[in-house]
Amino acid sequence: MLDELRDLYQEVILDHGKNPRNFRHPEDANRTAHGFNPMCGDTLFVYLKVDEKGVIQDCSFMGKGCAISTASASLMTEILKGKKEDEARTLFERFHQLCTEDPSAEESEDDDMERLEVLSGVREFPVRVKCATLAWHTMSAALDGQEEVTTE
Amino acid sequence: MTSMTEPKPRTAGHNQPPALDVDRIRKDFPILERQVYGRPLVYLDNAASAQKPRQVIQAMTDVMEGCYSNVHRGVHKLSQESTDLYEGARGRIAQYINAASSDEIVFTRGATEAINLVASGLGQGMLQPGDEVVISWLEHHSNIVPWQLLRDRLGIELKVVPIDEQGNFLYEDFLALLGPKTKLVAVTHISNALGTITPIADIIAAAHEKDIPVLVDGCQAVPHMKVDVQALGADFYTFSGHKLYGPTGIGVLYGRKDLLNRLPPYQGGGEMISSVTFERSTFKSAPHRFEAGTPAIVEAIGLGAAVDYMNALDFQAITAHEQDLLSYAETRLSEIEGLTILGQAEHKAAIVSFTMDGAHPHDIGTIVDRAGVAIRAGHHCAQPIMDRYGVAATVRASFGLYNTRAEVDKLTDALHQVKELFG
Repeated sequence: MLDELRDLYQEVILDHGKNPRNFRHPEDANRTAHGFNPMCGDTLFVYLKVDEKGVIQDCSFMGKGCAISTASASLMTEILKGKKEDEARTLFERFHQLCTEDPSAEESEDDDMERLEVLSGVREFPVRVKCATLAWHTMSAALDGQEEVTTE
Repeated sequence: MTSMTEPKPRTAGHNQPPALDVDRIRKDFPILERQVYGRPLVYLDNAASAQKPRQVIQAMTDVMEGCYSNVHRGVHKLSQESTDLYEGARGRIAQYINAASSDEIVFTRGATEAINLVASGLGQGMLQPGDEVVISWLEHHSNIVPWQLLRDRLGIELKVVPIDEQGNFLYEDFLALLGPKTKLVAVTHISNALGTITPIADIIAAAHEKDIPVLVDGCQAVPHMKVDVQALGADFYTFSGHKLYGPTGIGVLYGRKDLLNRLPPYQGGGEMISSVTFERSTFKSAPHRFEAGTPAIVEAIGLGAAVDYMNALDFQAITAHEQDLLSYAETRLSEIEGLTILGQAEHKAAIVSFTMDGAHPHDIGTIVDRAGVAIRAGHHCAQPIMDRYGVAATVRASFGLYNTRAEVDKLTDALHQVKELFG
């Protein structure tokens, strides 16, 4: 049974779930949004510092969530630093596909997408897709200047 | 795997009821033969919804194959037969909770609609701004939100009875909240999130001393204990069919006849009227005035069959069996390091809500699911309780007639796997 679950709970996820990176609330964030999953009560804040050229200088988060949502948020904050706004949105789109679509679509040379592939196990657990995408939805809302987002 | 520790019985007694024949009961529930991920299903999500015995499924099939028709309106044979079955179910449900008359049983879509029906009725001129409704911290959202909507619409106030750390209903605080402006007490009989059994008879008696009517949310009580609405003195008592081993889409509002007939209609339509002209309509008396439109005929008959099923069993034996499962589960789960049980009320039904250090309820739910164990992970539609304990969610195992100690062992084993994974 544990073997089947290892696809979902890979070491990287367990590690980021337990020791999330960029788990802090910076004073100088200029885009912030609150994400909420009403199904499980998971809640998190995403903080972005976006410069005048639209580059994400800093990305962090805080909140309470399951291993999947925490690990996904943690990985996201690492990946988004230094990205432009539109790159961040494109990554979100591709990540969403990774979580929901057929595995053949995921062949990727891209380092970022390769890192995110550890979360592709949620495909086998449809109710957990929202856990994996909560942070990304929240990030996207922050970029849009929307302060609240739910995964309904 | 079996346990080395024998749990202490919660209720010691010399007059042991005959034991529940769980093996035979299990054979009545076809779904229990199912495998989940190649493992036998262990269904421990009964507080969310219970499984259905063959007898209920058969009764519903029989109606649809044998005599289905609309009720109360045809002169033809099928309509008469369907009406007899539908009204017969109402009568047996009335007996099940010892209502004085079947006219006191209103069929609704579920307990949620039953509570909304009462709130809607009271909201039509029977409550004034500043009037108070007393609820408790243990309520399901369905017994919070309808009153909040009424508060926002009418300017009434909501007062909330607190609970202590163990999840006990604080009766003295409740008494202190009853005042001249209290117009209704609406409390649960058993908490769906913690299992707390509230002192409902005392609550009703105290409210009645001040002429305050009481609505009881009995969803978690009717499947697990003998409920006698007259002995309790409840003014309104609500429950859903699907938690009582019956179908979804059907529930019950019990209301004292005089109170029901004072409530204005809930929805308008066919079935609930005596006469209609374009100038005005007159309405039937309860229960029909609250059953506008074609009702859930097959489901009501299915609920009648569920009540028959329960009546054929010994309630003392059901309670004893489920209490045994509760103490066994609490003992076994306590063996797991880092596991905290939320809600250790003095009187408790067979519901165990818990958290585990280092593992989120949702992750626990996913992992035990792979072992074939169905439990609930989330806020259980009772977010104020989650806030009370400072958690976003818990894991909840809730037991029913057909569960066994061996299934508790399977849950425990699966939770050990959670420990292994999350360390």
